[in-house]
Amino acid sequence: MTTVEPIDAITFPAARGGCPFAPPPAYQEALEQRPITPISLWDGSRAWLVTRHEDVRAVMGDRRFSADARNAGFPFLSDGRRELATENPSFIRMDDPEHARFRRMLTGDFIIKRVEALRPEVQRIVDGFLDGMTAHHPPADLVAEFALPVPSLVICRLLGVPYQDHDYFQERSRILLNNHTTADQVRRANDELRSYLEELAERKAHEPDDRIISRLVARGDLTGLEVAGMSLLLLIAGHETTANMTALSTLALLRDPAQLARLREDPTLIKGAVEELLRFLSIVQSGTVRVAVETAELGGTTIEAGEGVVCMLSTANRDGSVFASPDELDVGRDARRHVAFGFGVHQCLGQPLARLELQIVLETLIRRLPGLRLAVPVEQVRFRTDAAVYGVEELPVAW
Amino acid sequence: MRVSVDPDRCCSSGQCVAAVPEVFDQSEDDGVVLLIQPRPPAELQSAVRTAAGICPGRAISVQEP
Repeated sequence: MTTVEPIDAITFPAARGGCPFAPPPAYQEALEQRPITPISLWDGSRAWLVTRHEDVRAVMGDRRFSADARNAGFPFLSDGRRELATENPSFIRMDDPEHARFRRMLTGDFIIKRVEALRPEVQRIVDGFLDGMTAHHPPADLVAEFALPVPSLVICRLLGVPYQDHDYFQERSRILLNNHTTADQVRRANDELRSYLEELAERKAHEPDDRIISRLVARGDLTGLEVAGMSLLLLIAGHETTANMTALSTLALLRDPAQLARLREDPTLIKGAVEELLRFLSIVQSGTVRVAVETAELGGTTIEAGEGVVCMLSTANRDGSVFASPDELDVGRDARRHVAFGFGVHQCLGQPLARLELQIVLETLIRRLPGLRLAVPVEQVRFRTDAAVYGVEELPVAW
Repeated sequence: MRVSVDPDRCCSSGQCVAAVPEVFDQSEDDGVVLLIQPRPPAELQSAVRTAAGICPGRAISVQEP
């Protein structure tokens, strides 16, 4: 199977250290001392941790490293994740040309011009939830009242999913993204979500609209299960990631008043600031997994066919050979080379939408709530250390 | 500077369009890259290099004279 030496393997996932925004110290140490390093996974299997920017881009841009979990040696990061990757996987767990066939059915919805045209609608949604949050006396939980509902409503509108069902799919997507849920829990949540979306797709066949799910149904070349799988991917990716970025970005800026002041004084910095926050926070904390399907040289290390590779986006985004003073948040820097959305053919499909939402959300928060502050000591903020996507459980704020 | 694009490598991320809309566009159907200006003027060349550097499909080639 694997030829990785067991001696000094890092137990994966490693714990975070003192700074809640920094990657786990063990990964940062690997970046500095042994950038391609053996790791030991939950089930005792071995894989390679890839930490440098250049190497992460090399793996994710090379078809010798497969995203298809049906290949022998594919590294699963938990029992639940194995269930998700192997039972009717969506196109993120396929390689080209199979992957490209499905992905290109959706790319037209996320072209820059089409997403930019959503700006007024997203701004109205942002203003609406901010009005709601500030209509009562502080404190409020920024996560529940603002950070989560905004992207949730946006992706529901794009897909044609009834927003009133948000509790149902939010609860179940949490289960899918948690590292400690069992395969049974994941299977049940996954089945329920797919059934929900398959039923919705059936309704769209009789009552079509111009939203994404209805258009996928109308193509006629996809099964109900395929439509449900693609919709589920967009639904989960569309709200969990942006919601966590919103709350964590707000916290990072509140903890760094100088950077917040720069943004307040010069709102034209917002686009660049979003890129920098994506880099600095790198919320996809679980690692992006591939398996070598051919033997490949990577940064001086030989990866044998059948060995698993875990790309660490957070350390790649703090690689000092690419980003000067990488551990500093600097909203004025050009951070566009970050790999927070991944790299290669699987790079995040919804990234233009995520950028648009984050730009509007942060600009609006900063402009409308000049007195925004944490309503609890920072030590009381609970971080999501056991989820695929990092964030905070709640963010009590006052204004 | 001469720019070329490979539509087969493009993954429709749109990052080139965001970086230099004067040089790159996207197909309305599937977001695949369209090259508007294969010989960008000097003032756009730095942005074109950035676009080539961040393209996730490595679909943009830049030939410098």
